[in-house]
Amino acid sequence: MSDLDVIRIDGVSKRFVIRKEKSLKERIVNFGRSNLHKDDFWALRDVDLAISAGSTVGLVGPNGSGKSTLLKLIGGILQPTAGTVHLRGRLAALLELGAGFHPDLTGRENVYLNASILGLTRKEIDRHFDAIVDFSGIEKFIDTQVKFYSSGMYVRLAFAVAVHVDPDILLVDEVLAVGDEAFQRKCLERIRAFQHEGRTIVLVSHSLDQVAEFCDRAVVLEHGHVVTDGSPRDALRTLRADFEATRKEELDRAESKLSADDRRARARFIGISLHAEDGETGHLTLAPGQGMTVRMTIEAEDRVTGDWILGMGITTPLGTVLHSTTSRLLGTTLPELHGTAQYEFTLDGLALNEGEYAVKATLESETGAEIDTVPVAAQFSVETPTTSLGPLHVPATLTAL
Amino acid sequence: MSDTAVARTAELAQQPMRIAGPRPGFARGTLSSIRDIYHQRELMGFLVRRELKAKYKDSALGFVWTLIRPLAMLLIYYLALGKFLQAERSIPDFAVFIYTGLTAWTLFSEIINSGTSSIVGNSGLIKKVYLPREIFPLSVVGSAVFNFLIQLTILVGATLLVQRFPTGPRWGYFFLALAVLLVFGTALALLLSAVNVYLRDMQYLVDVALLIFFWASPIVYSWRLVTNGLGDAGLGGGWVEEAYLANPMTLVILGFQQTFWVAGDGEPVPDHLATRLGVALVVGLVLLWLCQRTFARLQSNFAQEL
Repeated sequence: MSDLDVIRIDGVSKRFVIRKEKSLKERIVNFGRSNLHKDDFWALRDVDLAISAGSTVGLVGPNGSGKSTLLKLIGGILQPTAGTVHLRGRLAALLELGAGFHPDLTGRENVYLNASILGLTRKEIDRHFDAIVDFSGIEKFIDTQVKFYSSGMYVRLAFAVAVHVDPDILLVDEVLAVGDEAFQRKCLERIRAFQHEGRTIVLVSHSLDQVAEFCDRAVVLEHGHVVTDGSPRDALRTLRADFEATRKEELDRAESKLSADDRRARARFIGISLHAEDGETGHLTLAPGQGMTVRMTIEAEDRVTGDWILGMGITTPLGTVLHSTTSRLLGTTLPELHGTAQYEFTLDGLALNEGEYAVKATLESETGAEIDTVPVAAQFSVETPTTSLGPLHVPATLTAL
Repeated sequence: MSDTAVARTAELAQQPMRIAGPRPGFARGTLSSIRDIYHQRELMGFLVRRELKAKYKDSALGFVWTLIRPLAMLLIYYLALGKFLQAERSIPDFAVFIYTGLTAWTLFSEIINSGTSSIVGNSGLIKKVYLPREIFPLSVVGSAVFNFLIQLTILVGATLLVQRFPTGPRWGYFFLALAVLLVFGTALALLLSAVNVYLRDMQYLVDVALLIFFWASPIVYSWRLVTNGLGDAGLGGGWVEEAYLANPMTLVILGFQQTFWVAGDGEPVPDHLATRLGVALVVGLVLLWLCQRTFARLQSNFAQEL
């Protein structure tokens, strides 16, 4: 990453006018009253953003938060209502794979057409053609009309063209999850190579893990505003908390509609604490291989009967579940729950690597319906002399033979 | 950071920041628009080829179909008008005469018709990738010209067949008329394609307008019949005649006939036809500029209206 900005977005707002009329007749009939037939919708409001050369930025947010609109503004496909978008360098947009493929043309003809749309000259296409076909892995069908392609072949060819364009800025919208696993890995490798070559990548994705893996910066958008802009870890934490809040809200709303009889039993976690083997409690700092105990206190307003399920899990700060278990999996049938009760999960020998971890707690009814969930109930860290990466701690040595 | 990355950053630092998408400004944007379109000329070539290839891709006869429609029209007009209604009597070499008009008209109507729907038809691309959008109507002009050249070959063949091949300065009319046709056709295609995005009724309106203008141009009847008719009505040489000649397609078709309809040499021609064509060309160029600027203004909202 460097200090040179390749994309600069200053005070950008984008308004969509939702018109309910389209034909000449309707316009004439409604002339003068046309404001009644318009609705304003602000997809983006006062967004400022500067993206420096060589960085990989993830745009994340719930559906309808303006991510794709922002990407289209950067790509010049849409024009901002207010503010400006400046950029430098060659830009390629992978907004939809195979946009511009013509079903009646052969694969070969489409490669030329599509590469040309993405900004390659004829000579460059000639030079890259074999590499493109090779990357796509569909040599046999390159002279077949594209309409006979399976959707996987279609996407393979389209992606192959896209990655052979030589952009300074690459805009990617939800297209990485294509093809079979082998091809996906090839695509991700290519994205990594792009990063290494100092290209700037702006990525819109709903796969938060992908963002965490690839991006060195994440921007969370919500209702057209930038909510968080920083490391993927912070951004994803904000976003996951938001999703959790939305989910809870929806759950409560659904709940309030139910009659008293159908309503789930109400109970909640009122305290969760971690205890190390040596009796230490609070924010634990463990060494690899050390165990701990998770103590949960539950308060039940109603009686929770039947084979209800108590669960816990260990997650990364980004929310990836590393380990989880439940009373059912452990084969423990819990007695009927009423009033306040305490439970304890004992974990022996956590083989975790250096880093921050969170403990998640879940309480479910016999049928698996959620009663209460706390995604980050407690946090602890593991400290180890760093000899490896990744969440798993495996003692390793290297000897030359 | 790798060496390539450092080199790339250094190179990028040399480039100035530019605005994403089309440049604003009504008059100032002209040059940059032209430059953008010029940079995309290769893509335009690919698009023209796509239109041509895809059109008749799975048909057995392929390009022959581009000829069958005008040939069928020729046959109908030749038999119905020429033989049965006996237009032949007042128009020598009726077959060449009518095919000349049809060739010019087919080019014009194809540019306008396909041009109008070109932006809407390529909405998939326009919503996904930024390109100077002018290339879509322009590539329609390209493929229409290709079809026109095939028809023109037949027309020239026909003049050879009747042993009245146009020679010498006659061809001047053809090139002048063709220039006027292309300039007006391109201007209208640009304007209509942009308007059609906002008002989808446009393509139906264009259909009707083309039908009217087909009969308002001297394609199936000759200029002599027009002056005779106006003369009989007591309007000869007056403003009606001038209004009729104000239609650039009338001038274009008269220009084409001056070239290819050798048998019509004795027939009357409007005064100063070459001058009129020249004026039409200048007017057309101004119109083309205005239409392009209007297109540039309207195109900023294409992606959200499609």
